Amino acid sequence: MTKIKTLDDLRKLKNEVQSSIRLRENSDHPEHLVQVKVGMATCGIASGAKETMKYFLDELEQQAIDAVLTQTGCMGFCYAEPTVEIILPGKDPVVFGSVDKEKAKEIIDVYIKRGELVDGIIPISFKTVND
Amino acid sequence: MKTMADHALDIVQNSVRANATLIEVIFTEDKKNDLYALKVTDNGYGMPREVLKQAANPFFTSRDTRKVGLGLSLLKHNAEAAGGYLNLSSEPGKGTVVTAVFRLSHLDRPPLGDIWNVWYLTLMGNPQIQLVYRHRTEEGIFTADSKELKEVSDGVSLQEKAMKNAVIAWIKNNLEDIKASK
Repeated sequence: MTKIKTLDDLRKLKNEVQSSIRLRENSDHPEHLVQVKVGMATCGIASGAKETMKYFLDELEQQAIDAVLTQTGCMGFCYAEPTVEIILPGKDPVVFGSVDKEKAKEIIDVYIKRGELVDGIIPISFKTVND
Repeated sequence: MKTMADHALDIVQNSVRANATLIEVIFTEDKKNDLYALKVTDNGYGMPREVLKQAANPFFTSRDTRKVGLGLSLLKHNAEAAGGYLNLSSEPGKGTVVTAVFRLSHLDRPPLGDIWNVWYLTLMGNPQIQLVYRHRTEEGIFTADSKELKEVSDGVSLQEKAMKNAVIAWIKNNLEDIKASK
């Protein structure tokens, strides 16, 4: 393949891709999607949140899980970064701490796909440092 | 923060929190004067003067989830350690400009890092924001504008693996072309 250098190169590639994929029909109902929020404040970045988010992005795509992946700020659990908040459709948010690639894999395989809880949850009622 | 890319990712989060709709990240390399500048501008809330004065103080933060705010402090520290400085200007209601200047050749200047991942991840995490990344060297300028990219990719999710790889290759190839410093 030729090197991609201009927006036109990107457009060409998009047209190739477009014909080969199925369209996902999900954008109208975000409440039916899995929501994944990666903590991306200074503390998160310093602990490797970038790698964690990259992993989620790749895996969710790879496994064709319909999910919205977003970034969020610091929730006050700096000691447990990178933190990831997951909202399964119709369920309460769950925050996981110290999510490296391995933990992320476990979360996807066990919690997102099967709905079973895994270790490493930060109790949501936990008070922040100021309380 | 080990790389410029990490710093950029971090400072951009401040702009996101300030409800910016346009964020520009501009790297400028000046070999002649031995300068390396990272500039982040946004059109968010901005800060009043009292807050601005405190912004680079590690024991000041506008959050209430914790008592420290290290993002700008770390950037300032790194800039000063590499013979440079941090400059902040802001106007409430207009936006904020963060400029960190380093000595290009200084041993303690953090390397650029994976700026392509930063740009892509920030874009995916905040699809409503127009995100511009510009890199200027003596060899030329490269600009990645999320608005242009969205027009180009219309109809195909950027999350598709082929698209993602293409976007990242696009940035990498162009940075190579303009001989961006590592």
